[in-house]
Amino acid sequence: MTETFLLDGEEVLFAPGQTVLQAALAAGRYIPHLCYHPEFKPHGSCKVCTVKANGRFATACTLPAQAGLEVASAVEEVDDIRRTLVQMLFAEGNHFCPSCEKSGDCVLQALGYDLGVMTAGFRHLYPNRPVDASHPDILLDFNRCILCELCVRASCEVDGKCVFALSGRGIEKHLIVNSASGRLADTDVALTDKALDVCPVGVILVKRRGFAVPIGERRYDQSPISAQALADAPRPPAGSRPCAACEEGEE
Amino acid sequence: MAFDLETAEHPENLRRVAIEPLSRVEGHGKVTLLLDEANHVRQARLHIVEFRGFEKFVQGRPYWEIPVMVQRLCGICPVSHHLAACKALDQVVGARLTPSAEKLRRLMHYGQILQSHALHFFHLASPDLLFGFDSDVARRNIVGLVAEYPDLARQGVLLRKYGQEVIRLTAGKRVHGTGSVPGGVNKNLSRAEREALLKDAYQVIAWSRDAVHLVQRLFEQNLALYEEFGSFRAHGLSLIRADGAMDLYHGGLRARTLDGQTLFDHVDYDHYWDHIFEEVKPWSYMKFPYLRELGPETGWYRVGPLTRVNQCDFIPTPLADKERQAFLAHDGGRPAAATLGTHWARMIEMLHSAETIKDLLHDDDVSGDDLVTQGERQERGVGIIEAPRGTLIHHYRVDENDQVVRANLIVSTTHNNQAMNEAIRAVARKYLDGHELTEGLLNHIEVAIRAFDPCLSCATHAMGKMPLKVELVDAGGRVIGRITRSGDGSCA
Repeated sequence: MTETFLLDGEEVLFAPGQTVLQAALAAGRYIPHLCYHPEFKPHGSCKVCTVKANGRFATACTLPAQAGLEVASAVEEVDDIRRTLVQMLFAEGNHFCPSCEKSGDCVLQALGYDLGVMTAGFRHLYPNRPVDASHPDILLDFNRCILCELCVRASCEVDGKCVFALSGRGIEKHLIVNSASGRLADTDVALTDKALDVCPVGVILVKRRGFAVPIGERRYDQSPISAQALADAPRPPAGSRPCAACEEGEE
Repeated sequence: MAFDLETAEHPENLRRVAIEPLSRVEGHGKVTLLLDEANHVRQARLHIVEFRGFEKFVQGRPYWEIPVMVQRLCGICPVSHHLAACKALDQVVGARLTPSAEKLRRLMHYGQILQSHALHFFHLASPDLLFGFDSDVARRNIVGLVAEYPDLARQGVLLRKYGQEVIRLTAGKRVHGTGSVPGGVNKNLSRAEREALLKDAYQVIAWSRDAVHLVQRLFEQNLALYEEFGSFRAHGLSLIRADGAMDLYHGGLRARTLDGQTLFDHVDYDHYWDHIFEEVKPWSYMKFPYLRELGPETGWYRVGPLTRVNQCDFIPTPLADKERQAFLAHDGGRPAAATLGTHWARMIEMLHSAETIKDLLHDDDVSGDDLVTQGERQERGVGIIEAPRGTLIHHYRVDENDQVVRANLIVSTTHNNQAMNEAIRAVARKYLDGHELTEGLLNHIEVAIRAFDPCLSCATHAMGKMPLKVELVDAGGRVIGRITRSGDGSCA
């Protein structure tokens, strides 16, 4: 039996096991989101998909859809929170869109446009994050990392390599490379890895390809992120086979 | 070493007048004058007060990002930086451009020259020339131009718009596009885009020719003043095509001394530092380049339209070459040696750009698909281009990890540093020395600077928002007089 919940006053059908975000996207209703990727288990870390469910704030990507749930998404109160979250991400890293090769293909930038973010809103922290250009074909520009962990999960769950990890706590948390030297050149990362495809911003870059796609033909030149998220959904979740390194680590 | 009027012997007893910021030029700069009690000018300096730091912060960045990053130096001629960087990085990736890639870049570049020259002449310089150097300051601007010469102002706007449209279709955006990449370009022009541009190309050529004739008429009406104003003799430096033709995109280096002798010719610019060296002076953020062959005392030189039109053997488009010949022959060649002759030369180049754009739009190579090449990787690359304001040098060293480890940029206005200082000193001697200063007299200084169309910071343009504040300060630092011009041109 199919059940429904209310999203901004309109009924949305859902199947058992779906989250509010999955059901909404499948029904053609866009809820802004950032760290959610349809091929990976919802994670709830960036909070951009925050909605108000039965009067309480919750992340739509992790909130199980329930019959009778009343969800408010397209309301100013919630958009204000999302806008602030995106502003904090811009202020926390070094996001120089004018010279970034991911401009036009960047989820953070597209989300900024979608939410009407005009300035970072906070004092920029200007962290010192040197790039890792050691690998012959892949460049890591940590300046733009938003700690979504998609590369960490893709490398472990799909590639079976666990090339990436997060280290540190709180404001000191940062992306690291899982090798003795800490350099990407000393890992077995490959151009065919799933981890290279999932970065929503401009951290993991294939070298010497920057700016090959002209303005007008980049992903978000075609249509806004809200339309593309709906076109991408729904997809079956990717298989979640943990890699040997993870299993060893858990013991 | 110091030039005449560069440094006063006893500045402590002199009155200081500052023109700050300079108006109707790109970026921020100021002029300081030191005057004695009889208003004789003892020191005149053009200062560049901004520090940009691009050479430092491109270090560590991947090389393919550089053409998009460095063009942010400027909002007026970003294409020049974009292309100069790409030319340098073509060498780094070992590329020999395909005909399509080179022609598309040329199209982008000549669109850039057209729009920048139109902007400078119609918006920035023509109010001085049409209304008079010391005319009513409230009228001496683009708004006054629109009111008095609406057709001319409209042509200026539309010429610039056309150049911007050429840039948009080749680079992706009117300002700060991404069309050129190391080894080539990332897009071609469709037939529909070419036809759309060709529709207006002939009108653009006609208006450009009218602009040349307008400057010629202005000269003829005031020949003695225009030939003499802020003029000085200078060596010249420019790129030149192998057959001696004007080529604003590529060529070898040609330098001629102030008496017309060839110092070097068709020099491969890969080792430009064998010929050009930069001197630093403590009072300006802008360096002072000079020709090594002549040394720092006499080796300073002039770049830009006046030098290019004078130094080329011919212009490879018929209408512009005819105008070049008329310019060089006019009144025994004196306008071609004059500081204000730069305006005339600039409009000849605008006409050449319009003709070149038309020719390239008829060339099927600009719709070709073979756009990017690469070859044997190199550690170092030098790119030189003739930007609207003159010779522009980009030089990069890239390590084995593809990161830029060193950059050197010598922008057009830097080459003209000493030349602009010479121009303001010539004006100060002739028009200001011994006179009570007025806004109109001080504008004479700016008229001389504007002839060079300097891009003082290579920064984003803020036309119409540049107030002029002049203060008279006595030897004790006391302000004894002040003139302020607000953004709308009114004076108080």
